Amino acid sequence: MTEVLALLILLTVIAAIITVLTSNLLYAVISVGAVGFLLAIVYLFLAAPDVAIVQIGVEVVSLVILIRATLGREVQQLKTVHAVVGVSFAVAFVAVIGLFGIQVFNQFPEFGIPVMERFADAPALVYLQSGLATTGAPNLVTAVLLDFRAWDTLGEATVLFCAALGTAVVLRRNARIGRKKSEDK
Amino acid sequence: MIFSLCLLLILIGLYGVVVSRQTLKIVISLLIMNHGVHLLLLLIGYREAGNPPIVDPAISIAEFAASSVDPLPQALVLTAIVIGLGVLALMVAFCVRLYERYGTFDVTEIRRLRG
Repeated sequence: MTEVLALLILLTVIAAIITVLTSNLLYAVISVGAVGFLLAIVYLFLAAPDVAIVQIGVEVVSLVILIRATLGREVQQLKTVHAVVGVSFAVAFVAVIGLFGIQVFNQFPEFGIPVMERFADAPALVYLQSGLATTGAPNLVTAVLLDFRAWDTLGEATVLFCAALGTAVVLRRNARIGRKKSEDK
Repeated sequence: MIFSLCLLLILIGLYGVVVSRQTLKIVISLLIMNHGVHLLLLLIGYREAGNPPIVDPAISIAEFAASSVDPLPQALVLTAIVIGLGVLALMVAFCVRLYERYGTFDVTEIRRLRG
């Protein structure tokens, strides 16, 4: 079980390496799609069906956005960095961050024991035990999202609304045409 | 070991952000870092051979609570994935606008300041 999980995450890592190293933008978009869909399978193995469904839906939409931004534009072979100095500096930077990351990850508990087991009064345990009785939702992820932590979901909707508003403002056409007309005058 | 693979995913994204010259490539690398963080959060809440956090009427609630994975990281990752999509759309919109202005995704060409 853990071996299958490790193998799937290893495939994800390989797809991510291809994404970063390829110089063609369209290839990078396609292989980042491979990363996302492999992760959806990993989430299924991690007993998270809701997250897997959302991941597939979001991945489809984000691939459409990325391909729409790539198509018809210059995606020619652009060397990522010419200078050897630049690459070695970047590798050193990432290695330093990685060393700090290994220090942090060594503090992590053993894989396979959920974080709620280590605290007697963890909120997740309360949700598991009283979720069905207090909210009536058998699926506890939706119970947490829409009932126990509904304020969090409201905040998420606010962030999403702000991002959509920003996208609409950046991509709008009318105001640009108007400005061009006034410049002509 | 699985946590270290997850760290590797985050570091690959970081490397892509540092070395890329195309703005869209930087956005894609940030997307990979995003995926790595989501995977890390779900791995923390995983129970060995655990069940999905959906109440099974066949077993008692106490038994269910002892066999289910942690629902809280799953709910928060669900939120984070959707927010990631919104932020990605915003970043791609900036890239498209920069392309229309300068005719390239190359960050070394995008230098002029305009009012």
